[in-house]
Amino acid sequence: MILKGRAHKFGDDINTDDIIAAKYLVTTDSIELGKKCMETIAPVFANQAAKGGIIAAGKNFGCGSSREHAPLAIKGLGISCVIAKSFARIFYRNAINIGLPILEIVQADEIRGGDELEIDLSAGVIKNITQGKTYVSFGFPEFMQRIVESGGLMQWIKKRTNV
Amino acid sequence: MAYTITEKILLKHTPGKKAIHPGEFIWAKIDLSLANDITAPLAIEEFRKSGVKKVFNTQKIVLVPDHFTPAKDLKSANQAKLLGEFAKEQGIRNYFELGQMGIEHALLPELGLIHPGDLVVGADSHTCTYGALGAFSTGMGSTDIAGSWIGGYCWFRVPETMKFVYKGKLKKWVGGKDLILYTIGDIGVDGALYKAMEFSGPVIEKLELDGRFAMCNMAIEAGGKSGIIEPDEMTFEYIKNVYRLPFTVYRRKLTAADYRLWANLKSDRDVRYAQIKEYDVSGLEPQVACPHLPSNVKPVSELKNIKVDQVVIGSCTNGRLSDLRLAAKVMKGKKVKSAVRAIIIPATQNVYRQAIKEGLIELFSKAGCVISTPTCGPCLGGHCGILADGETAIATTNRNFIGRMGSPKSFVYLSNPAVAAASAITGRITHPGELL
Repeated sequence: MILKGRAHKFGDDINTDDIIAAKYLVTTDSIELGKKCMETIAPVFANQAAKGGIIAAGKNFGCGSSREHAPLAIKGLGISCVIAKSFARIFYRNAINIGLPILEIVQADEIRGGDELEIDLSAGVIKNITQGKTYVSFGFPEFMQRIVESGGLMQWIKKRTNV
Repeated sequence: MAYTITEKILLKHTPGKKAIHPGEFIWAKIDLSLANDITAPLAIEEFRKSGVKKVFNTQKIVLVPDHFTPAKDLKSANQAKLLGEFAKEQGIRNYFELGQMGIEHALLPELGLIHPGDLVVGADSHTCTYGALGAFSTGMGSTDIAGSWIGGYCWFRVPETMKFVYKGKLKKWVGGKDLILYTIGDIGVDGALYKAMEFSGPVIEKLELDGRFAMCNMAIEAGGKSGIIEPDEMTFEYIKNVYRLPFTVYRRKLTAADYRLWANLKSDRDVRYAQIKEYDVSGLEPQVACPHLPSNVKPVSELKNIKVDQVVIGSCTNGRLSDLRLAAKVMKGKKVKSAVRAIIIPATQNVYRQAIKEGLIELFSKAGCVISTPTCGPCLGGHCGILADGETAIATTNRNFIGRMGSPKSFVYLSNPAVAAASAITGRITHPGELL
């Protein structure tokens, strides 16, 4: 699958309270959550982010609470992919489980806000068209690829558990 | 093959496995699966979508509506209602309605639901708290928890272990909270990313359980997958005490064999750790994490000019009985500074009752504090103490991200209960030694 979009730039240690503040965790509707995405640290983001936009962040993206509402809010807003130098582990699991594409690359800091990116998800290759660069992501371990291929965690578990 | 305590627990819970290695993916059997009023609604939704009709076990699932309860508004009331309905429909035994409810990570150990060597998962990042009893416990999202309800299994990537050794003798007013803040200050908010944090050394051996809970609780604040302390005599004493209390909830029956098994639950001496950190903490002062990261840690003496508008003593980190006793010791016979709001939140009903019995509640009330029913409340900016624009709080909670306790323009400092109590009296961040 090929994704195309412009980068929205965020820094290091973006936590799940930044992504979606706790006061909004009174719904499970991703569209509703999306409207408040990043409100605390970037109040205009949810209004300005175009459908298909891409988040590019630094290290430890999604640290803090276990709220699955965080990747849901990003997905609900229409962001197609999150690129970061590293992800906090619960966010990483959650993103895979709900089908939000995420990619880890060492050069995440090189991406600037507004850069036009083209991502080949299955190959894990990111083309920065604006800067004329190509980055290769670490890729998912095979174990997680099988979860994604099964159509998500719940389907994968159902197959394994024979229910 | 030599293993850490974490690897031993994971291996034991992985059927058909003879050996285990860090980095490996396993499909492991869980002993307990937890969710709360924020995370359970999503898990219930996912469970229903899966088409599976019945949960795998009605005794190994725990539902605790503790975050926005007593319901802060209509939407949160409707979310909390889902937990009770789902528990009833599925026959889930360990659902705790208001009146029995407490902050989950204080409640579960207190009810005897956690044991050394258990494998516990929870849709709450502070699920790592239970490592204080020698369990492997870790936070996950709602879908993972819903998945665990299908068959009682979860997938894990076996973590590498970082060992932390604390040597020396703790000064007065310094405890588990200070040790963990100091550690996070040293290694950073992603210093233990994906790893198990094993806390050990002579200081930990002497540290009482409530201090151990505070330490393991904040492993996540360093990016850790779990925090763990080898169970010892103090752990066994804690569990024996808990089992003496009458509770109507479902819990395991324990035998002498359980205790024998736990006594051997230790990391092998010759095991290789990803990293070993040694700290001499003899000179350590009470530590305070400054806005807006738990790793932005300074000794309390460097912050004495910071004025506070609000003090919160509570949460899954520091809302236990010994925390309240410590705060009461500092506040005894004193008054909260005018224009400062001091909010005391006993973490569970049992803590609340004990605090009444010991006269702590009266003491706090006379000092000018307000006392809340158990709730996570202000810790995550839910209710019961939201900060206004420009306000500053010192709290015994675990996170101080931008806007965590309310306004994006507010400031949260994290400390132990004695420092928070002293700060309530003076209206600025204060070393308790200044008052006593």
